[in-house]
Amino acid sequence: MLWNALLLSVREIRRNLLRSFLTILGIVIGVAAVITMVTLGNGATAQISQQIASLGSNLLIVLPGQRLGPGRDSSGAPRFRLSDVAAVREQVADVVAVSAQSSTSITAVVGNKNWSSMVTGTDNAWFTTGNWVMASGREFNEAELRGGRPVCVIGETVRRELFGAAADPLGASVRLKSLSCMVIGLLASKGQSMMGSDQDDLIVMPFATFQRRISGRQGNQDVGSMRVSFRDGADASKLQAEIRRLLRERRHLATSEDDNFSVLDTRQIADTLTGTTKVLTALLGAVAAVSLLVGGIGIMNIMLVSVTERTREIGIRLAIGALEREVLLQFLVEAVALSAFGGLLGITLAALASFGLASLMGLPFAFDVGINLTAFLFSAAVGVLFGYVPARRAARLDPIEALRHE
Amino acid sequence: MSTRQASVVPPLIECQALRKVYGSGATAFEALHGVNLSIDAGEFVAVMGPSGSGKSTIMNILGCLDVPSGGSYRFRGVPVERLNRDQRAQLRRHFLGFVFQGFNLLARTSARENVELPLLYRGLPTVERHARASAALAAVGLAGWEHHTPAELSGGQQQRVAIARAVVTEPLLLLADEPTGNLDTARSREIMELLTRLNREQGITVLMVTHEPDMAAWAGRVVHFVDGHIESDQRQPGGGGMH
Ligand SMILES: Nc1ncnc2c1ncn2[C@@H]1O[C@H](COP(=O)(O)OP(=O)(O)O)[C@@H](O)[C@H]1O
Ligand SMILES: [Mg+2]
Repeated sequence: MLWNALLLSVREIRRNLLRSFLTILGIVIGVAAVITMVTLGNGATAQISQQIASLGSNLLIVLPGQRLGPGRDSSGAPRFRLSDVAAVREQVADVVAVSAQSSTSITAVVGNKNWSSMVTGTDNAWFTTGNWVMASGREFNEAELRGGRPVCVIGETVRRELFGAAADPLGASVRLKSLSCMVIGLLASKGQSMMGSDQDDLIVMPFATFQRRISGRQGNQDVGSMRVSFRDGADASKLQAEIRRLLRERRHLATSEDDNFSVLDTRQIADTLTGTTKVLTALLGAVAAVSLLVGGIGIMNIMLVSVTERTREIGIRLAIGALEREVLLQFLVEAVALSAFGGLLGITLAALASFGLASLMGLPFAFDVGINLTAFLFSAAVGVLFGYVPARRAARLDPIEALRHE
Repeated sequence: MSTRQASVVPPLIECQALRKVYGSGATAFEALHGVNLSIDAGEFVAVMGPSGSGKSTIMNILGCLDVPSGGSYRFRGVPVERLNRDQRAQLRRHFLGFVFQGFNLLARTSARENVELPLLYRGLPTVERHARASAALAAVGLAGWEHHTPAELSGGQQQRVAIARAVVTEPLLLLADEPTGNLDTARSREIMELLTRLNREQGITVLMVTHEPDMAAWAGRVVHFVDGHIESDQRQPGGGGMH
């Protein structure tokens, strides 16, 4: 009986190819839209998490000024000093490394090529707090750090722009303003940051070198910002509070005064950002779900329109001896086959579209079994509901009534 | 008389005080008021009468396509009014063939697939289905037309496909409601010859509605309906039927 129903359904679908195609078109588009949206959204979320991981997961960033409040700016805020950095390193528990850094933009010149980049003055802790790996060469040695020697470590982008992608820059010199600086290391590439900037476009040198030769303030101890990386499993908010207390004390802030610095937790920033993309994904998914619903209504429309023709067909089948349940099974199989096919087509389309769009937008392709399954089951349910219910009404008629239907 | 002798073996069809009411309340209309009719196996009966006299109504009830409002209808002694939907469908499937004025073929479906349909519901294997459908089409003179759809066939050919579909299961009773109503005289003659042959050679009992006396002349018995009851019931010696 099932085999017969299958045979009859396939015949019926083949016989009405255009109608069948129109019936499932809405489902195909709806399923494809939902899956594509969610897949791309998941890709964006995954990418942000990945980038945050590359930033270093157990990391606090300490900046001058109150950045988080509205309407405030940091221009007048007092800077940190190297002694602040030492105090944090020595007095706060669970700290693994503290790096002090100052940065400025600069034009780097090699031969007749020049490239405008950022130069950062810091110490070896920077490699730890920034989660950097050396591709080749070495970090700074003690003498270079203390003496402010003209050496630097460069990022992949700077290497590519000044030396060429395959060239070995180690031992070569780069001119920064009046300073001729020897390249002693090349950083492994990190790619784009979550804000879309190129993380590999940088030059790093000893803090003393930066202060004496680049920022041009001899004896100046100002530090642009601090990065504090802490032990796995340490309580970030406790650390935040402790650093805050220490800095307030060192700055002699009265209880009534606000902080004139900020301690940011990268994980908090990450959670905020991924939270935002998740909300966006849900929103896009919801919009796409509406289109899936519209697709379902499309099926219902076509099914209702064709019910006149089909009621006569049902009458003929009943008249020549088909049982009500045989007719219903045929229609059920037909509806299931059609909507399942539509769902599969939608999934295929979505896989192609989200793969293409993901690589176009530079996002990872995050295939999500759950949403594929959900969309597929929904399409099957819609098809069954709207394909089957009108047929059931017709199959319950006396054959002569169904035949009389015009 | 043969109808009296047949009381030992029940007649194929036996109706008593059959009534049919369409609608209900103020719009209720009684299309049949108390019809008694008995038909033996092998007869060729023509049903005549003016339009609206209840011919189609009685055919639909006898064909188990519709249910009577009152009275009794026994098919081979089985009280049909006590059967449920599925049991009536089984009767149609195994013993009845129906031919309509409007052919009622499945659109966009080849002649052979149309004829195969009742065999499919009987669960016959593919090879046997094809063979029997092709044979039935050949028997109605449509060998070579198996793969044409109704739209590609003339009215006479479509009606012959419909007859092939009705008799491919070798039914006991063939009910034809104005089978020649949509056809010209020459085509009508062919259909009548076909029905007569099915009656004589395969012993299929034929009950046919027509309002053309020319067509009724082929039958062995003519039942006249007027206003929902039988006005006259006459045997004609020259006509068809095995009795
Ligand atoms: N489905 C129906 N609903 C209401 N009245 C009907 C219906 N079918 C037939 N009738 C009425 O019953 C009477 C008999 O109809 P029918 O059996 O079709 O007549 P015939 O076939 O002899 O022309 C007619 O008056 C017709 O109007
Ligand atoms: Mg009629």
